[in-house]
Parts: sequence; C-alpha cells; structure tokens
Amino acid sequence: MNINLTLFGQMLTFAFFVWFCMKFVWPVIITAMEERQQKIADGLDAADRAMRDLELAQDKATDQLKEAKQDAAVIVDQANKRANQIVDEAKQQAISEGDRLKAAAQAEVEQEVNRAKEELRAKVAGLALAGAEKVLEAAIDEKANRDLVDKLAAQL
Amino acid sequence: MAGSNPATTTEYIQHHLTNLVYGKLPAGFERHQADGAVEVLAEDTWTMAHGGVEAAAMGFWAIHVDSMLWSIGLGALFCWMFVRAAKKVSTDVPSGWLNFVEMVVEFIDGSVKDAFHGRNKMVAPLALTIFVWIFLMNLMDLLPVDLIPTLLSYAGVHYQKIVPSTDPNITLGMALGVFILMLFYSIKIKGTGFVKELTMHPFNHWGFIPINLFMETVGLLAKPFSLGLRLFGNMYAGEMIFILIATMFGAMASAGALGGGLQAALFGAHESFVLWGVGFAAVVALCWLNLKGKIATGRMILLVAAVMVVVGGIFNLAGGVMQWGWAVFHILVITLQAFIFMVLTVVYLSMAHEDH
Repeated sequence: MNINLTLFGQMLTFAFFVWFCMKFVWPVIITAMEERQQKIADGLDAADRAMRDLELAQDKATDQLKEAKQDAAVIVDQANKRANQIVDEAKQQAISEGDRLKAAAQAEVEQEVNRAKEELRAKVAGLALAGAEKVLEAAIDEKANRDLVDKLAAQL
Repeated sequence: MAGSNPATTTEYIQHHLTNLVYGKLPAGFERHQADGAVEVLAEDTWTMAHGGVEAAAMGFWAIHVDSMLWSIGLGALFCWMFVRAAKKVSTDVPSGWLNFVEMVVEFIDGSVKDAFHGRNKMVAPLALTIFVWIFLMNLMDLLPVDLIPTLLSYAGVHYQKIVPSTDPNITLGMALGVFILMLFYSIKIKGTGFVKELTMHPFNHWGFIPINLFMETVGLLAKPFSLGLRLFGNMYAGEMIFILIATMFGAMASAGALGGGLQAALFGAHESFVLWGVGFAAVVALCWLNLKGKIATGRMILLVAAVMVVVGGIFNLAGGVMQWGWAVFHILVITLQAFIFMVLTVVYLSMAHEDH
C-alpha cells in the first residue's frame, strides 16, 4: 500500500482517457442522439399534423358531399318543374294550334260554301229564266222578270 | 495455492496483496536471492522488486506495473468499445452494441444534468470515462482471484494484482485528477470569490480568518481523499473477502476425506490437476445438459454440489457457494462504487462552478 509513482501515472492516464472521451466519443454520440431525438419529434409532429389535415379533409369532403346532394336535389326539382312547364306549354301550344287549324278550316269551308252558293245563285237565276222561257214559250221581257228571279235566287 | 498451516495461509494472502513493482532500490540494500545468497547493491538500481520487502524499500520511486497495465488496458478497452459505437452512430434506428452504449450515455447525461448546474463541456465526458472505466476496473474483481495470477506465475510473473481499484495509487490518482479540476474551475469561475469562500466561511468576520481557513481547507482536502479512499476501501475489502474465501480451498489438504474429498484423500497437499480437471469438466457438462433441457435445474444443482463434495470435500462446496454468493453481492458493490465516484465528481465540480 505504498504511495508511489503509480499515483502520477494514473493521473496522466486519467487525463488522457478523459481527453480521448471528450474528443472522440461523447460529442459524436450525444450529437447523433440529439439529432435523432429531434428527428423523432419532427416525425411525431408531422404525423399529428397529417392526422389533423386528414380530419379536416374528411370534414370538408363530408360537407361538400352534403352540399352536392342538396344541389342535386334542387336541380332535380327544377328540372321536374321545368319539364312539367314544358309539357304544359306544349299542351297549350298544341291546343291553340289545333284551334287555329280548326278555325282556318272552318273559314275555308265557309268560303267554299259561300262561293258554291254564289255559283248556285248565278246558275239558279239562269236556269230559272231558261226554265220559265221554256214553260211560257213566250218571250218574256227579261228585264221585267229579272228582279223577280233575282229576289227568288236571293232567297236560296 | 495456499497450504494448510496458518503461516502459509498468511503468505498466500500477502502474496495476493503484493503488486508487481518496478522501481529504484537504494544503494546499500541487501537483496536476498532465491538460493539464499545476499547481494548488497553498490548503487541505486532500477529493477523489478522480488516481494513486498523490496517493494517497500523502493519507497516513492517505484511504479506498480500490474496496476498501471491493467488500468491502461481497461481504459483502452473502454475507448475502443465506445469509439466503435461512435463510428456506427447515426440518426437511424440504433441496434446491438450501439443500443447499450447509447443507454449508458443517456444515463450519464441524465445524472450530469441532474447534479451539475454550470455550463461545461468537459463534465459529461469526464463522468462517462470515470463511470465506465472504474466499473471495468472493479469488474476485474469478479474474476476468480487465483486465475490470472496462477496463469502468469507459469509465465514467470510472480506477483499480480489484477484489480487496479484495489490500489490506492490508482483511486487517489483519479481523485487527485478530479481535485485539480475542482481547484482550476473554482479559481476560473469564482476568482477572488474562491479566496473569500476559504476565508470568510462559515464565520463572516475578519477575526475568524485563521479558523475559517483551517476548516475550509480541511473540508476541501477531505473531498478528494474521501473520494479516492472510499473506492479503494470498498474494493480492497471486497477483494480481501474473495481471498479469504479462497483460503478455504487451501484448508482441504489437512481436513481428510470428509472435509477435503478425493483431493485430500488421494493427493494430500499436492494439487492434482487431473482430478480438478475432471471435476471441472463434470460441472460444465452438467450445466450444458441443463441448458439443453436434458436435466432439471434442481437436480443439476444437487449433482454439481455432489461433484464438488466428491472432488474437494465440504470445504470445496462451502467455498464455491460463498464465492458465488459474494460475487453476486459484489456485482452490486462494483456498480454502486463506480456510480458514487462519478456522481460525487460531478457534484464537486458543480460546487466549483457555483459562484455565490
């Protein structure tokens, strides 16, 4: 148990190993560990953020879906209304067109009837006179009987 | 190993407590050679000491070769192990050895952050070095006390203490290193405050300066000495108990067949390496069978005990059980002592950094 040079030998050795550890061991390991810690913390942060983003996106998607459904319903409603309207309008148009065509046809028919009547009148007067001439075999003053026959023809 | 009578048991213990010393023998010293001749040295001679008497005669100018070599070797082992990890370290997922090193580093970092409140880049690496190095030095205590000294004695080296921390030079050397750092940082951080601390505490009056100076100096010097002697004392005592338990094996020869087993009955005081080799092989085989699942643990322990009793008798069995028990307990002691040395170093340096 002598105290001797070993004491100083150990002090030197001690100083050397502390220096070695301080230079080559500790900073390398502790820096890497701190960097890794930072990396892991960042990773967890990013994961949290992503989770929140996902939730937001899901909420947004749900909202949009709801909105889209509402829009679709409105559009379908409007389309139905419009379709009904178009059908109604078409019906009205068809009815009015039918009416118009009917009226035109009636007018034409009336016109034809009138023309036929005129023709008939004209022919009736001639025929009546010719008939009367034949019956009487006498010359009748055409002028004197003309009024009478016209009156007769007008009554047709 | 040790003989049976008390004189050789004492020799055995003393032999185990003697360092391998290289130093300067003074002129006029009488060297007793192995053949009984006496050589009187004409002048100062640097040489290997043959035994404790010569080592004591060398005084201060001597160096404990075994302590120094084991200490440097274990320090180098520490550096190699941790540099290997430092080379592999990255921010990716760590694995294997790196995991362990990072665990130790984190543990030290936590302890330093708890105890040290100054700003100093040196304290944490210092604490790591102290903890791991002292732990490794203490760990040598768990090797069987006779193993390496016996092997080395065949190689011609007759004294060997393999636990550097049982050498007060080693522990006090480290403690003095810490003390120098304490003084350096006290003066650097506190400046004249350090002088004031030494002279004006605990009695803040100029008339008490001599008393204050005395008390504070004793307090200051007590720190490194308690630091070094605590580690030394614990390890020395632990080593001593291992040696004392080992002397039980030496008591076998005179203890007859019951106390000393086949060894005592067949060979007496002469060690039979064949017998011990067979016993050792039987114990290893039993352990191996147990690990392979061929034999139950309880039965294995009984059979191992039986082998030990047959080979070395009751002394062998009792010695084996006690060695094992003390070694298990000692695992706690060596770790705790390394930790205490480290924490106290950090605390002392923290005190050196606190400016009042």
